[in-house]
Amino acid sequence: MMVRVFFMILMCLAPAWAAAQNGPLRIEITEGVIEPLPVAIPDLVPEGGAAGDWGQRIARVVAEDLTGTGLFREIPSSAFISQVSDFAAPVQYADWKAINAQALVAGAVSVNGNQINVKFRLYDVFSGAELGDGLQLAGTTDAWRRIAHKMADVVYSRITGETGYFDSRVVFVSETGPKDDRRKRLAIMDYDGANIQYLTGSESIVLAPRFSSTGDRVLYTSYETGFPRIYVLDVGSVQRRVLESQPGTMSFAPRFAPNGRTVVYSLTQGANTDIWSMDINSGQTQRLTSTPAIETAPSFSPNGDQIVFESDRSGTQQLYVMPAGGGEARRISFGEGRYGTPVWSPRGDLIAFTKQSKGRFHIGVMRTDGSEERLLTASFLDEGPTWAPNGRVIMFSRETQGAAGRSTLYSVDITGRNLRPVRTPDGGSDPSWGPLQN
Amino acid sequence: MKLRTSMLMLCAALGVAACTNPASLGGAGAGGDALGAGANGGFVAGSASDPASPAYFQQAVGDRVLFAVDQSTLTPEGRATLDGQAVWLLQNADYTAVIEGHADEQGTREYNLALGARRADAARAYLVSQGVQPGRLQVVSFGKERPVEICSEEACYAKNRRAVTVLAGGLTS
Repeated sequence: MMVRVFFMILMCLAPAWAAAQNGPLRIEITEGVIEPLPVAIPDLVPEGGAAGDWGQRIARVVAEDLTGTGLFREIPSSAFISQVSDFAAPVQYADWKAINAQALVAGAVSVNGNQINVKFRLYDVFSGAELGDGLQLAGTTDAWRRIAHKMADVVYSRITGETGYFDSRVVFVSETGPKDDRRKRLAIMDYDGANIQYLTGSESIVLAPRFSSTGDRVLYTSYETGFPRIYVLDVGSVQRRVLESQPGTMSFAPRFAPNGRTVVYSLTQGANTDIWSMDINSGQTQRLTSTPAIETAPSFSPNGDQIVFESDRSGTQQLYVMPAGGGEARRISFGEGRYGTPVWSPRGDLIAFTKQSKGRFHIGVMRTDGSEERLLTASFLDEGPTWAPNGRVIMFSRETQGAAGRSTLYSVDITGRNLRPVRTPDGGSDPSWGPLQN
Repeated sequence: MKLRTSMLMLCAALGVAACTNPASLGGAGAGGDALGAGANGGFVAGSASDPASPAYFQQAVGDRVLFAVDQSTLTPEGRATLDGQAVWLLQNADYTAVIEGHADEQGTREYNLALGARRADAARAYLVSQGVQPGRLQVVSFGKERPVEICSEEACYAKNRRAVTVLAGGLTS
């Protein structure tokens, strides 16, 4: 069910007109408060007979991607003075300037059988020039949303100078039912909640899935045997296997190393929980921590050299960093309250975490030495951050209070702006954001 | 019928996994037949009036002990309950048990799994100290995944921070 017939070519089009080398159109997203950049995204021009409403559908997804970042504001088509009716015709900059569109995304679409072909250009309206080269994308029609996400990634990247994150997927736990009879199953979806697919049934509790760095496999914990065990699932074939563990123990909290071969996880023997690593092929294990405290929630640095994890060895949950092979751990969290679920940013510069303080839960980020802690959210129960592939956005679970409490997914910018729910058909928890797809 | 109804109500009130899964109650009735013969006229084998029944273990002995916030130390009440559990397990040697550790919702998911394991292990270690064979006891933690009470107040949290001894086996298994 996961197999998608899809191929895509990314081809540069010759510049339509003299392209500006360094257009002034730019959003610096590290700055404080920003005014969203007004962008016009007219429907893609149909070329050839069978283009149907594809041009409109693709333009809508591009617009949702861009405005969903909080960095762009779309100018409604009702305000347009000129229409883009011919992709090859010169752009009437004055008409777009008059409605204060700073950027214009113009494209064309043609469909042949199940093949879809998209061309587009990005214009810097106030400079009166194209920003970057035009691009052509092709694939099968069932992958049309990916084509739209790729377009939006290019626009985002050219204007912000950051890598995009729209053509990516999220694996998470889909939840239904009341708190005392919650049903959980693994699900995978596009970052925006589209194309959801279920990877397991809901007969057994499943927890905390994690993508491999290439997105080809998912590690998770399941109670299939009645006891928590670690499973690895191939996303393409949906085949899974259990990772062997000693009888009488519990294993959970698995995460891949960037190399895709090593898995770190928590192993509980008696009252004690430590972090271990396992070679996923040979099954050979190595113990990485050995205190009587709880050590769990490990996360690798992107270069694979270090692991950040949580431990209550000081008396409360705090964050520590140790070498990937184990050894002396350095505490990095010192603020008030308890810190858990650390996740290293794909850029390597920050660590996201869950903080509990004075009865509230927060998602926060800090530098890898623990400095510059910044809380991004506050609620009755926020937990489990995961990073967008570009390290600019965090997704997490939020559970509401009380007997009718329900868990849903949210995303927030690392500046703390643009908190928004992620659309899922049912409740959701424990998201893991995969890499940008090829 | 009356006893059956009250048993079902108990199950509903406790919301225990064992109640929804008759298999984990093992030979609930059979043990009672062997040990409870000669009891008074109100005796129904396998019901809570049968001292050798899992229902009796749940209701009269008490199948669970509770913990303070973020703690896995047994309270005096908890030790008293476990004393009773140990006596029962020694008298009903055909049963094995899985001790389930649980946490309330105030905590992160994976930490709470490990915390639940501490609680289950505290109960297990105490039962072993009272003479129950270690091989008869298994532990598992559900962290905050299986609350019995669903409000977001201490009254509910206190009941969710628990270690529950769930019987399995029995003569017929």
